[in-house]
Amino acid sequence: MKSLTKKQNLAPYFFVAPFIISLFIIYLYPLISTVIMSFQEIVPGETEFIGTKNYRRLADPTFFKAIQNSVIYTVLTISLLIPVPMIFAAMLDSKSSIGSRFFRSVFFVPSLVSVVVAGTIVRLIFAQADTALINTLIAQFNIEPQNWLHGTRIHAMFLLLILALWRWTGINIIYFLSGLQTIPKELYEAADIDGASTIQKFVVITMPLLKPIIVFVTTISILGGLSMFEESYILWEGISPDNNGLTIVGYIYRKGFQHGELGLGSAVGLVLLIIVVFFNVIQLFFRGFFKKGAEV
Amino acid sequence: MKITKTLLLVCMALLLSLPVFAGGEGESTSGPAEMTLWTFQALHATLFEDAAALWNEANPDRQIDLTCETLPYEDLHSKLLIALQSGVGAPDIVDIEISKFPNYLKGKVQLEPMNDKVEEVIDDMVASRLEIYSKDGNYYGLPFHVGAAVIYYNTEIMDAAGVDIDAIDTWADYVEAGKQVVARTGKPMATLEVTDQWSFWPMISQGGGDYLGPDGSTALDSKVNNEVLQLQYDMLYTDKIAVKTPGGNHHAEEYYGAMNNGDFGSIWMPMWYMGRFTDYMPDLKGKIAIRPMPRLTPGGNRSAGMGGTGTVVTNQTKHVELAKDFLAFAKLSEKGNEMIWTTLGFDPPRWSVWDNPVMNQPNKYTDYFANDDIFGLLLEVKDEINPVNITESFPLASELVKTQILYQALSERTKTPAKALADAAATMRANQ
Repeated sequence: MKSLTKKQNLAPYFFVAPFIISLFIIYLYPLISTVIMSFQEIVPGETEFIGTKNYRRLADPTFFKAIQNSVIYTVLTISLLIPVPMIFAAMLDSKSSIGSRFFRSVFFVPSLVSVVVAGTIVRLIFAQADTALINTLIAQFNIEPQNWLHGTRIHAMFLLLILALWRWTGINIIYFLSGLQTIPKELYEAADIDGASTIQKFVVITMPLLKPIIVFVTTISILGGLSMFEESYILWEGISPDNNGLTIVGYIYRKGFQHGELGLGSAVGLVLLIIVVFFNVIQLFFRGFFKKGAEV
Repeated sequence: MKITKTLLLVCMALLLSLPVFAGGEGESTSGPAEMTLWTFQALHATLFEDAAALWNEANPDRQIDLTCETLPYEDLHSKLLIALQSGVGAPDIVDIEISKFPNYLKGKVQLEPMNDKVEEVIDDMVASRLEIYSKDGNYYGLPFHVGAAVIYYNTEIMDAAGVDIDAIDTWADYVEAGKQVVARTGKPMATLEVTDQWSFWPMISQGGGDYLGPDGSTALDSKVNNEVLQLQYDMLYTDKIAVKTPGGNHHAEEYYGAMNNGDFGSIWMPMWYMGRFTDYMPDLKGKIAIRPMPRLTPGGNRSAGMGGTGTVVTNQTKHVELAKDFLAFAKLSEKGNEMIWTTLGFDPPRWSVWDNPVMNQPNKYTDYFANDDIFGLLLEVKDEINPVNITESFPLASELVKTQILYQALSERTKTPAKALADAAATMRANQ
């Protein structure tokens, strides 16, 4: 009898073991070694500790620009990628929409496309030539052909946002759809009896009840936005004019791999970790995540 | 107990699979030596494959089984950096591009010195091309080409404008000829890169300028560099003979299309750009004439050695001597250098082959260009090539030129040429 209880006590540890082991191997070990590396100058055969020099070298205007770009990008993507997919999801969820199953797939397809392929296509669509697709289109409205990729900072951010919107809308729609399905239909029926309009129902019932999903999507959007790299890398092949498309992870890549300074790259990586944690704690705080007994 | 056993089994399975991931290679005692070669350029792989076939014919007792892997440019360099850093996973032989090369010379160099091979032939070679891949007197990388900068004229446009390209001796003459071209044909004489360095770097190198001094100190804001950037600014906005390259650089799809269409009068790029003409601008066949670059000052240099790839043997190879011998055969021998021209269309670094008859036999390059004797032109300028300084700060300097200086001074005009250079030099000094 006693041994059975003992076994039962062990069972939970056994079941969480794979997770714990992979956490240690895949996350904890690299994290610790990144911390160590960030205090080192890493060169083959002659790696040495150099104190906080890597961190002091971060006082670099290029790095500040990268942080700026990443933060602006994150804020803008969140302000687009929450409302737009939420409205689309509500539309797809409504029984009166025609072909909602078809559109669900259509919205989801972009997220299946490799970002390398998508980025290359975007690069060509927004090419500098007067004959490029977008420049031909805007010419119809008497707008001068734009130098999208090598133009101003606004051009660069615009391209990144277009790509993000195209790519992530579908995924976020799925999250919101699943959230919508958990909202009891009775609430809408009651609202109908009270004579509420569609918009009133959306604002008063749908949005508040979607709060957990909004918190989740915001959290992953902050992570995704601050760690964005591929899009910018594909559009400019790592070299954007005046660093207009440089992101924090782009800066890690540049320093660590392109300049071969793995120690400095590690320091940037840790700073990124701190920034991500900071933003997420702030947003969770404001959404009442830390309130005692809060239901999120 | 069962749980412990299962756990044990899982752990053992994991441990046993580790060597598979590490790619443990066993040393073969008989049969051809297996070697892996990484490159970022599929064309380079053909050269090595051809060379391996020739090598195996000539050396029946030292056979090589060469596997060439073509990886994307950035991928190759970052994988190699990690492989050399960690001591496992590097190939036997690998191509390293010039602007990445200094990254692999840091600390204790993980590459095999090629001195014994290089010293045998260095008198027949353009030595400066070997020196850029060297450190502390050791030669590590073997070059593909001289990368002599030349100027390619669209003869159709020059003829229409009545310009005699052989009369253009200095950049001042070039600007004058450009004005004539613009006035008579309405087409720009030149395109200037604003997101890459191939318009700027050769011109400063002609005048003895560079990004870095021989000791690695910043030379971005030198007098020559200022003059050249100002000259380029004037070409764009004062004399209006040039435009910013469509797509930002001379490897952009937008540029190939427009140039092929006959929209621009000329372009200066290194010799290795010949392949881009034959492959991406087929409509200009027979219309492009190659000439030395105009001089920056009277009597100055008419060319510059630009770009490049150093092929190295890593210290992780199991066949050091064989790998070195093979690489020397492919890159240093006369035969290898002839093949560099016939298969790749590059100007081979061993100038003693430049007047071999094989260099003038018809191939796709001689067919394409309007020149009678491409290598005669190279022999003419071979002593007018300054060495370039490639040291640890080069990746940063090159990045500043590509992302800031040219963009700020020439493209968006947010800074004057002098200010853009001074600011970038300050960034460099803060980082050194």
